[in-house]
Amino acid sequence: MTQSVESHFTQPLLKTPFHERARALSQMDSFIPWSGYTTVDVFTTVEQEYFAIRNAATVYDLTPMVKYRVAGPDALAFLNRLVTRDVGKLKPDRVAYCVWCNDLGQLIDDGTIFRLGESEYRICTAQRQLDWLLDSRLGFDVEVSEITEQVAALALQGPTSCAVLKDAGLAGVERLKVFEIGRFTLDSRAITVSRTGFTGDLGYELWMEPKDAEANWDALMAAGRSRGIRAIGSQALNIARIEAGFLSPNVDFVSAEHTIRIGTERSPLELGLGWLVDFNKGHFTGRRALLQEQRRGARRQLVGLDIAGNKPAHNALLYSHDNGKRQIGNVSSAIWSPTCKRNIALAMVDAPYFAIGSTVWAEIYLNRELVWERRMSQAQVVERPFFATERRRATPPGQF
Amino acid sequence: MLILEAGAQVGGAAITREFAPGFKVSAGAHLLHLMPADLLRTLKLESHGLEWAGQRLPTTALSAGAPALSLSHGASAEGLSAVDAAAYGAYLERMRRFAAAIAPVFSKIPPRLGTTAWSDRLSLLRMAWQIRKLGRSDMRELLRIGGMNVYDLLEENFESAALKGALGFDAVLGANFGPRSPGTVLTLLYRLAAESAAGNSGLSQPKGGMGALCDALAKAAGAAGAVIRTGSPVASIVVEADRACGVVLESGERIGARQVISNADPKTTFLKLLGASHLDAGFVRRVNHIRCRGLAAKVHLALNRLPPFVAVSEAALRGRLLSASSLEHLEHAYNHSKYGEYSASPAMEITVPSINDATLAPPGQHVLSVIVQYAPYALKAGWASARQSFLETSLDALEALAPGLRSCLVAAEVLTPADMEQEFRGSGGHWHHGDLAFDQILMVRPVPGAAQYRTPVEGLFLCGAGCHPGGGVMGIAGRNAAQQVLRGEGAS
Repeated sequence: MTQSVESHFTQPLLKTPFHERARALSQMDSFIPWSGYTTVDVFTTVEQEYFAIRNAATVYDLTPMVKYRVAGPDALAFLNRLVTRDVGKLKPDRVAYCVWCNDLGQLIDDGTIFRLGESEYRICTAQRQLDWLLDSRLGFDVEVSEITEQVAALALQGPTSCAVLKDAGLAGVERLKVFEIGRFTLDSRAITVSRTGFTGDLGYELWMEPKDAEANWDALMAAGRSRGIRAIGSQALNIARIEAGFLSPNVDFVSAEHTIRIGTERSPLELGLGWLVDFNKGHFTGRRALLQEQRRGARRQLVGLDIAGNKPAHNALLYSHDNGKRQIGNVSSAIWSPTCKRNIALAMVDAPYFAIGSTVWAEIYLNRELVWERRMSQAQVVERPFFATERRRATPPGQF
Repeated sequence: MLILEAGAQVGGAAITREFAPGFKVSAGAHLLHLMPADLLRTLKLESHGLEWAGQRLPTTALSAGAPALSLSHGASAEGLSAVDAAAYGAYLERMRRFAAAIAPVFSKIPPRLGTTAWSDRLSLLRMAWQIRKLGRSDMRELLRIGGMNVYDLLEENFESAALKGALGFDAVLGANFGPRSPGTVLTLLYRLAAESAAGNSGLSQPKGGMGALCDALAKAAGAAGAVIRTGSPVASIVVEADRACGVVLESGERIGARQVISNADPKTTFLKLLGASHLDAGFVRRVNHIRCRGLAAKVHLALNRLPPFVAVSEAALRGRLLSASSLEHLEHAYNHSKYGEYSASPAMEITVPSINDATLAPPGQHVLSVIVQYAPYALKAGWASARQSFLETSLDALEALAPGLRSCLVAAEVLTPADMEQEFRGSGGHWHHGDLAFDQILMVRPVPGAAQYRTPVEGLFLCGAGCHPGGGVMGIAGRNAAQQVLRGEGAS
């Protein structure tokens, strides 16, 4: 009798179609799990990778982004009931950043919706949502399926990214506007390009069949050699995303479907995403609760902070005064911004301290060769994003 | 006030209809025991034509080949052992005290959970106080048995299989449970509490069947200024600016209204008439998960003479006959339903309404109205092909209690849960628009967010059996709902 031996559990993380290429470039052997895949945290050094984002072109493996195909006669009605934004305004071949909430108007997740056809859409999000999407489907004639493994994806970000794509043979890619989708061929392989990204810089996301993944990676690397192209890991990207003021799930908010403690869920109004909530488009999940919250006024809000000094305020508690008696919030993401030359952070702050220009105090702990020091640093509530560049929106983009 | 009724007559399943030439019967429930006496008085139903064919009718437990057991003489039953007789009195007394402690919640709009409103907190406190008021020993006993199954409770108390079967029957009648299912003591207490809330006036039979009660209700409504339109099924509820503002009939006619009050079951109201697009996804998920698959069928028989039940007195025959010879009988009957089959040896509640009410059958002839359990809504074999064999199984079970019954058969009708869904438009053909169980009663009935007769959509209310305190011909859900609607009127 033969015994079947299931060994998948000994290697539980999946490998993306770019894995072999990434492993070949990885000097640090620094891999982290992301949505069930193993992905690179750092290839060489965080500094090298970060500066490539802001000064050259970078390739980041986006395949683990969870992708859902939404299609059918009620696709638009389904999406409009799911997310807070009016998807009816989304034209074909355009992308929209959206959030969706539970019945209490608390954020479940954020993501992008791609309109790929008349009634075919794709949702890209960081966390798995199939149960919520299927529950939201009740009463709608729409197909929802997960296609994460069927689509390989790369983010090509940085000032020279457009030039790299043109050099690779994607004629006309420079005409793509921000949030627009285009279809191209790369050495006769079909590739879909969207002018989207997580860096707040000029950049594109490339969507392809997994079988073309390695060939496309090689073609991009070859085309970008003279333009400083470099593969990057999640750490460098995280610096860029904080500069751009983007939220990261489980860092700046926890999905309301995952919170256990009362009061730790967050609404889009609290997260500074009120501009994504359209109360006039008809009903959507959480609308009645959000209307109530809007009438009541926000009790707290996610803000950008500019903090004195140069020590990142990781996880810092925030106080109303430097005596540290009254806590009014806490930092969720913090870095020293190499491009802005500012000590910045994203923080959740109670009313009324979230108004732009407010002063709060951050309690920062410093590790001085294992001797810990506590410092109260003054911080200002400032506009987000911290980093904004005209090259992000310019069409056609500049030839860097 | 405009009342729109889908059927040809008002009443839903509480109607009387002719199932064979000259033979009439109540389509659903055939005995009235849950309608509060004060509600009957307030609505002046007797002056609107309601008459009684029988009141305070007895209950008798039948087992083939064994003497009948009469359960209707106060705190005693005839034909019990001395041990059981003593235990029975104490048991009844105790259960009545518990029922009386629970009963006050029936006529109240349930509190909302998780709010900071004092009215909700006060309401919860009152419920707790009712239980506390029982005293230490009774309260402990109630809390001990509250989550138990009725099998264990009755095993603790009695030795007679027939007595246990008959008492256990009331815990599972119309429910998706067998006597060993958790929470069946609660369903039993709930039924007793409902009877207590109704004034413990016993089993009654309206003259002309249950339809006569609804006819009287219709007359009372008419006298109060309501207009009733029958044969007017509603296709959808109209929502404008997030507020219910009318309905569209299946005919296409649109009727505007300040409030829409739905007596349809919650699933039909929310998912079919209103539509998921007006509701939050989590709420729709909860509504979709309401357990409302019917398990009780009705069998109606037209007989050319009095059915020949063995050893049943004439007085007993006028009342309610139970066929659940033991708890094991009930449990085995239930087992089949778990696998999508009907019971090979069903449990039954039998009445011969034509004895008390000669208007239901031609002279000298009779109708038999039987609730047969378990007959699962989603029968694996499909009801179309199984209908005849189900009738045969039911007839076999009846024949065992009344040998020769088949020879007096003139006509027969079977109403499966699937038929009930079809004819009375209740999801799953469930008599109560949803199981009465721990997770579907009080402030979570039908679902949180709609348990106070209000719905998430302003102007839309629920008033049917799917709401607190549930189904059975009771009228309390409607009265509570009316109070909630009037409260809103006062506020605006």
